[in-house]
Amino acid sequence: MTQLAELARLIRSKNAGPFELTFDIMFDDDATYQRVKNSGALTREEVARRYNLPVADVKFFYCDHAYAIKASIPRPYFQGDPRDSDGHGGQQYAPLMDIEIK
Amino acid sequence: MTDQDEIRVLAPTGVTGSGFLESSFEQGLSQKPHFIGADAGSTDPGPEFLGSGATAFPLAAIRRDLRLMMIGARKIKVPLMIGTAGTGGSNEQLETIAAMAKEIAATEGLSFKLALIHAEQEKDYLKKRLREGRIKPLSPAPEFNESVIDRSAHIVGMMGAEPWQRALESGADIILAGRSSDTAIFAAMPVMRGFPEGISWHMAKILECGAASVVQRRTPDCMFAWVRKDHFVVEAPDHTLRCTPQSIASHSLYENADPFKLVECSGTLDLTNSRYEAVSDRAVKVTGSEFIKAPRYTVKLEGAEKAGYMSILIGSVRDPFIIRQIDDWTARVTEKIHARVKMVFGDKLKPEDYLLNIRIYGKNGTMGPLEPVKEIRSHELCLIFEATAPTQEIANTIAGVIRHQALHLPIPEWSGLITAIACPYNQMERGAVYKFNVNHVIEPDSPTEMFPMSLYEVSGSNMKEIQP
Repeated sequence: MTQLAELARLIRSKNAGPFELTFDIMFDDDATYQRVKNSGALTREEVARRYNLPVADVKFFYCDHAYAIKASIPRPYFQGDPRDSDGHGGQQYAPLMDIEIK
Repeated sequence: MTDQDEIRVLAPTGVTGSGFLESSFEQGLSQKPHFIGADAGSTDPGPEFLGSGATAFPLAAIRRDLRLMMIGARKIKVPLMIGTAGTGGSNEQLETIAAMAKEIAATEGLSFKLALIHAEQEKDYLKKRLREGRIKPLSPAPEFNESVIDRSAHIVGMMGAEPWQRALESGADIILAGRSSDTAIFAAMPVMRGFPEGISWHMAKILECGAASVVQRRTPDCMFAWVRKDHFVVEAPDHTLRCTPQSIASHSLYENADPFKLVECSGTLDLTNSRYEAVSDRAVKVTGSEFIKAPRYTVKLEGAEKAGYMSILIGSVRDPFIIRQIDDWTARVTEKIHARVKMVFGDKLKPEDYLLNIRIYGKNGTMGPLEPVKEIRSHELCLIFEATAPTQEIANTIAGVIRHQALHLPIPEWSGLITAIACPYNQMERGAVYKFNVNHVIEPDSPTEMFPMSLYEVSGSNMKEIQP
């Protein structure tokens, strides 16, 4: 078992407009990407679980050409709301880092 | 290849004001682009810029980039197209950048036909379309009604390619626009000249971020594209920057909720069948991208309204007794603050008129409700107390109340007067704060009705308005 953060070239989060957050999990090569994709450990359901959201709120994509996996979720507060804590959405990815990959 | 067979595109940088290397720009100019395009804004810096009219990048940094782009475009006599002027793309911000362009023309002795395309929306127009049921929510969307329109500082429409095409057809040399889809700036000319929409819009998506799609970007810099009948090729003018099929394919992930479908006013760019192929160790060829026309033309709205005036207090906690009861402590201090505010203001300020927010760094300050770690593992916590109120004076007063209440809130473990938080300095003003208040699209009668254009003949320091 290896943690996702050790396999990925980059795990990042960012605003996708002021109302959604998006996560990119990017790999150096096709083999590593396929390993994670086929592991069944990084799924729409797992992202929903890690962010305590209904599965229907998570958009989830495999991007074969980019060797990347992507997920998007609604922001808990809109960007710039007085309660928003991360204007660019850049520090929301940490809960994905320790997903165990076979 | 003749000019009918391809359109060459130079994007100096991802955002006007973020900079680019002059050597890359000169190399790009030498490759004879048919136009130079750049955006100059985004929602990404937050609602305060659209709300207040300030620019996210310093004016001096914007002027540096704009001056080089204007001189370069006039030297090779091709259109310069700059969208989302002044960060938010309101009329006020467009005027700021237009005044800068006039000053540069005067200083550098440049002559050109200038088009200004406005994107700010009249409140009466929006109310009319709202009553007609032609303003529709996207997801997730805040409530949008006539009082939101009235409260807004600025509401802009995000223009598509057609207002740009109208400006190009009028013979404008320099086009400055309010809020625009970044991609529309770059897709306008190739689509107008009959190049496939899928290829044109996908090229636009890559170019609008400048050199962001190279393997390793060191600083913001230029990007160049060749659009042809069934493909486009991208390559960075700086010879040390490399594009690979993976780096170009990855770019559609950035800041998009859906990496395969990108919605524009007139349809959706669909990258499901896009193919990426290396044509050298620095250039990538893209084929297969499709554009699916929308049944109805829609324009996205962006708006900002004043949320109030904010004052903040920063304080930290080191006492483990307080740390272990921090949630209960903040609940008790919140109650005390509201009670004291009521004593100070009486009926003049209701609880719903102001917002008290407490951030706890060391617990969930970064992620708020998304934080999965519940246990506090730090030996110290940083607290930020925020008061947002209808005036700065009221916000300051509440922040003063916060300071005193938080300092001395008793805890059961100690008897006697305690001082519970360490403040590096006293409360501070943050000024007016804004929030985004629209995530909707409007259905106009035509793609240009929301985006009036004015044309000017500029010759050095002389400028006169002309009719299109």
